[in-house]
Amino acid sequence: MPAGPRRPPPTAAPRRHPLRPGRRAREGWTGILLVAPAVIGLAVFVVYPIGLMAWVSLTDWSGLTSPFSADPVGTANYEQLLLEEGLSREDFGTAVRNTLYYVLGVVPAQTALAFVLASVLNQRWLRGKVALRTAYYLPSVTSSVAMALVFIFLFQPTGFVNGLLPGGDLVWLDDPRGLLHLALGAVGVDGPPQWLAEVDLLGIGAWDWLSGPSITMTALMLLVTWSTTGTFMLVFLAGLQRIPVSVEEAAMLDGASAVQRFRYITLPLMRPVVAFVVSIGLIGTWQVFDQIWVISSGGPRRTTLTPAYLMYVELFDRSNGGLAAAIAVLLFAIIIVFTLVQRRVSARREQSW
Amino acid sequence: MSRAGVRTTAPRLTVTVALVVVAAGFVMPFLVALAGAFREVPDLVANPVQLWPGEGYSWTLDGLDRLRSGGVRIDRAALNSLVVTVAVVAGRIVMAATAGYALSFTRFPGRRAVLGVLVAVLAVPPIILAIPRFLVLKELDLLNSYGGIVIPLMFDAFGILLMKQYFDQVPRELTDAARVDGAGPLRTLWSVALPTAMPGLAAVIVLAAQGTWNEFLHPLIAAPTEAALRPLPVELALLRSTFGDAQPWNAMLAGAVIATVPIALVFVAFQRFFVQGLADSGMKD
Repeated sequence: MPAGPRRPPPTAAPRRHPLRPGRRAREGWTGILLVAPAVIGLAVFVVYPIGLMAWVSLTDWSGLTSPFSADPVGTANYEQLLLEEGLSREDFGTAVRNTLYYVLGVVPAQTALAFVLASVLNQRWLRGKVALRTAYYLPSVTSSVAMALVFIFLFQPTGFVNGLLPGGDLVWLDDPRGLLHLALGAVGVDGPPQWLAEVDLLGIGAWDWLSGPSITMTALMLLVTWSTTGTFMLVFLAGLQRIPVSVEEAAMLDGASAVQRFRYITLPLMRPVVAFVVSIGLIGTWQVFDQIWVISSGGPRRTTLTPAYLMYVELFDRSNGGLAAAIAVLLFAIIIVFTLVQRRVSARREQSW
Repeated sequence: MSRAGVRTTAPRLTVTVALVVVAAGFVMPFLVALAGAFREVPDLVANPVQLWPGEGYSWTLDGLDRLRSGGVRIDRAALNSLVVTVAVVAGRIVMAATAGYALSFTRFPGRRAVLGVLVAVLAVPPIILAIPRFLVLKELDLLNSYGGIVIPLMFDAFGILLMKQYFDQVPRELTDAARVDGAGPLRTLWSVALPTAMPGLAAVIVLAAQGTWNEFLHPLIAAPTEAALRPLPVELALLRSTFGDAQPWNAMLAGAVIATVPIALVFVAFQRFFVQGLADSGMKD
């Protein structure tokens, strides 16, 4: 903003009352007063809580008492989650394992589907765009809990989904078997080779790490992809509409085919938007909680346990507030690492263009 | 011309059909829920997807009745949702308008720091805040109160930054003219800056309404034991444990419909602003 013109002209200065502040100073105070409520609110409900959480994660706070009366225990909570053999480490390892599959499944699926839908919706010849866009976006405006209830109904053993499948008798929402495990079982492999059997990370055996998302987790992934694709489609659509028509037309005049135009114009120009969608997707998927809470409670056999849900359970069901805070801190760290790696990768791609 | 017509018509038709099929897949669960909400449980079990009355479909309000008895209080939950949503949206309007105006139109020491904090806050994943917010609400004695549900949700960095962007585009001649005419900052904000930045405010309103109406985690944590304060998502999420093994599907689908219809209507009516808000969010990066 140009500050210069607002300043009172020098000749006006002597006429001002000596005690009355100038317009610039007064505006400064106005600004501070107007911004203060928001800043204070964010400080109290976002910034301070994060500090408090970091501190609580170093205590034995139960969740029931005041956090300030809790005893510091150093890094004991973190050791319990990452190093010491036991239930806590097994739970946390399982949660990270499950969510890795979930993230690696949902993020590419929702990004690709959203991009394809947006690209086609952006075609000028298409009729009924608004109706189609509304249909794709409708699941995204809807409550995750409401959608979860409908999904339970559709995926129940005698429900619609099984009715569609030939010989469909899958217990979708209660089947802990891993997809990759099932696939390997189909070709006769149903256990780890000797050299893998000994490997163990966070209390989880290698075979468990590799056995893939369970049937139940896969159903949850379908549900979430269905309900987030619309949002990202709108983001892509906005990006596509910022590509100048003249660029496309020039390429058309040069004889570029639709595929070529997509490959050499649309894709490079959309790269930053794709990076944005992937990064928002990564951040969002690591937080998966609502659907787990409503549909599976982390089961069957912990195959839909996620860090966010585990955190909730530790605080509210097991009264391990300190441990829950430590999980939150680690989840935050995981999200930051994933985001940074993703930024790096997309920045490097950008350079190579 | 006619050759080109033949060449493009077939693929276009294929693509259009594919789009419609996908759209049907996206909408189908809503139709199933809407139809199922008014059917009898045995019908639903025997034939889960029947969208239109006919054999095996007897129309009933049984599902709705179950949501208003036996420990389920859907009316109360709907009212709570409405109250919380209106309060949060009102708070965000005031906050986004005033703070956004201050950041765009005034200069004060620490302005850059405030902007930095807002961008940083934007990057904090909400799930991380669940436990610490529980802690703070506990310390402030706001657990199990409307205040505890509403107040933390009112502070939203996204809306403020969005409004700042919109205010940045308001021509300075307009506001300067108002100031010269003797209007104070609040008056300038209200009668000059805000009307010009209306599309931004509309986007803030619809996205805030959608987010708050659907919010599950925060009320779950802020009112853990006070059943009378539960908004719709929490009440619905508890249906399965409330009903136990009975699984009255019609009640669960009716609950889903009640939570969906209001926000879907808001979406259809104000679609433009949803699209706009999401487009703006994508532009930032």
